[in-house]
Amino acid sequence: MLKFIQQLKRRTPLGWLQLNRHKSRFAVAISGVAFADILILLQLGFQNALFNSAIPLHLRLNADIVIFSPQAQNLTAMYTFPRRRLYQSLDVTGVKSQEAMYVSNVIWKNPQTRLKKSLLIIGFNPDNPAFDFPEINSQVNKIKLPDTLLFDSKARGTYDEVITQVEAGKSVTTEIEKRTINIGGLFPLGSSFSADGHLMTSQDNYLRLFPRQSESNVNLGLLQIKPGYDPKQVATTLKSYLPKEDVRVMTKEEFIAFEREYWASATPIGMIFNIGATMGFIVGVIIVYQVLSTDVNSHLKEYATFKAMGYRNAYLLGVVFEEALILAVLGFIPGLTISIGLYAIVHLGTNLPIAMTVSTASRVLIITFIMCILSGATATSKVQSADPADMF
Amino acid sequence: MEPVISITHLNHYFGKGQLRKQVLFDINLEINASEIIIMTGPSGSGKTTLLTLCGGLRSAQEGSLKVLGKELCGASAKELTIARRNHGYIFQAHNLHGSLTAMQNVKMGLELHSDISTLEMNKRSAEMLELVGLGNRVNYYPDDLSGGQKQRVAIARALVSQPKIVLADEPTAALDKKSGRDVVDLMQQLAKEQGCTILLVTHDNRILDIADSIVYMEDGKLVKAPDSLMVS
Repeated sequence: MLKFIQQLKRRTPLGWLQLNRHKSRFAVAISGVAFADILILLQLGFQNALFNSAIPLHLRLNADIVIFSPQAQNLTAMYTFPRRRLYQSLDVTGVKSQEAMYVSNVIWKNPQTRLKKSLLIIGFNPDNPAFDFPEINSQVNKIKLPDTLLFDSKARGTYDEVITQVEAGKSVTTEIEKRTINIGGLFPLGSSFSADGHLMTSQDNYLRLFPRQSESNVNLGLLQIKPGYDPKQVATTLKSYLPKEDVRVMTKEEFIAFEREYWASATPIGMIFNIGATMGFIVGVIIVYQVLSTDVNSHLKEYATFKAMGYRNAYLLGVVFEEALILAVLGFIPGLTISIGLYAIVHLGTNLPIAMTVSTASRVLIITFIMCILSGATATSKVQSADPADMF
Repeated sequence: MEPVISITHLNHYFGKGQLRKQVLFDINLEINASEIIIMTGPSGSGKTTLLTLCGGLRSAQEGSLKVLGKELCGASAKELTIARRNHGYIFQAHNLHGSLTAMQNVKMGLELHSDISTLEMNKRSAEMLELVGLGNRVNYYPDDLSGGQKQRVAIARALVSQPKIVLADEPTAALDKKSGRDVVDLMQQLAKEQGCTILLVTHDNRILDIADSIVYMEDGKLVKAPDSLMVS
């Protein structure tokens, strides 16, 4: 190893010099890699944002264990199960309390533009709030009033006037399911792929809006367990105690994974972004291959000369890989920088929770290395064909 | 003293099967240390083939070919690569690397020898360029040098590692009369100083006078040189 480093130190950095000599070609190559990286990072960013935007409510759920209909697919399509199963769950040792939560998509009229928009509405018991969400829990008294709702101030859409008016203490009214409702307060949550924004209210208000749903048909059951009990174990007991055809039982962690899993596999969304990222990868491979093979071709005579002088094939392959690695690193840096900027623009425009994480960045750095080495390996086949005997 | 290159009953063929054609016929030749041998003859007579065989650029097929005491007939590609490190090569075209400066190009001739330190490599490369008269051009790229200057860098590259044998193929072909003369004079002078053997293939009658002996080749055989050649 030490010998290898010493060897490296005395070696002429041929790959670097070769790239650096043709500045414009070098710049094209770097921007090609950067472009590919941006494509990949944007796709992965959107994918992550989608998955993360699907779970902010799950993360704040005020429950250790949840129960819901076996037909449920995700938070916007929970279906219902009989409320008595919730009461029944109190029989299981370790379960401290139960609470019902109602959730569905709803069309409302944007009070500002009078246009119809789809939001996710949630009804819960104001005396035992469903979420660990200080901005909501401090305003539960407001939603105890009839037909009063809290509105998501970060919802996607034109709501600036609504927000200023509510903040100024004025009451804003609009219409849901032909019922007039008041916006009593605001909370910051933001849009997700499944909803432009959220509304929170008491279960009584919720049921008033949806007269066809009876109180005994619950969308999501929230269970808290007594201290000292393991949620996993209690969940296992609950699974065997409650009838399988009526409910599914999951710990909070499992429920979060369930929601992510839905968006990842049950919809084509995960696949679309993966295909997008793969396209970026392929574009990168092609660009780097083009650059490296042009470079190898234009130096074939020199390479043959080096072989005649006694350099091994491995040395020249090393030069090509050196170029590949330089391109990977130098392309990744602007690619990452520009992507962070684009993330910020996307975040401003859509309120999606899109952010660069170390894990995404390092994943893409590794992908970039693979991309460049793959192209390098393909380009080296020409190096092997450089025959020193042809030099004379 | 043992000859530097010793060739006995060497035959060589190109092609395979029906197309197999013999290009060298029963070559016998001994070259001693510090000699300059010029190989000449009409095109297609096989002199370049013989040169590439001696240089280990092709593997010898039949007979015996000993270079610096090592048998190259039937040697593997890896053995040939190692053997080549003891040779210096000068080509018809300079074949300098366009992305390297004169200095870096010369250094490439030393980098193969892992026992030489970076400091030593830089010193020797600079000295070598000084010797070929390019001391003031060390950081020039080949594109910025004239044809003769490029060929002199190539000579510096071939000789910087002080090889025992230098193989040259038409080193003056791409040069005008004066540059060509300068180049061969330089080769002769450096060869004498370093005590290396030069095997040079050329059509250029003007430079025959630097040779210690001349080998004439025709149709793949070594023959006595025609008198006309000797007179010029």
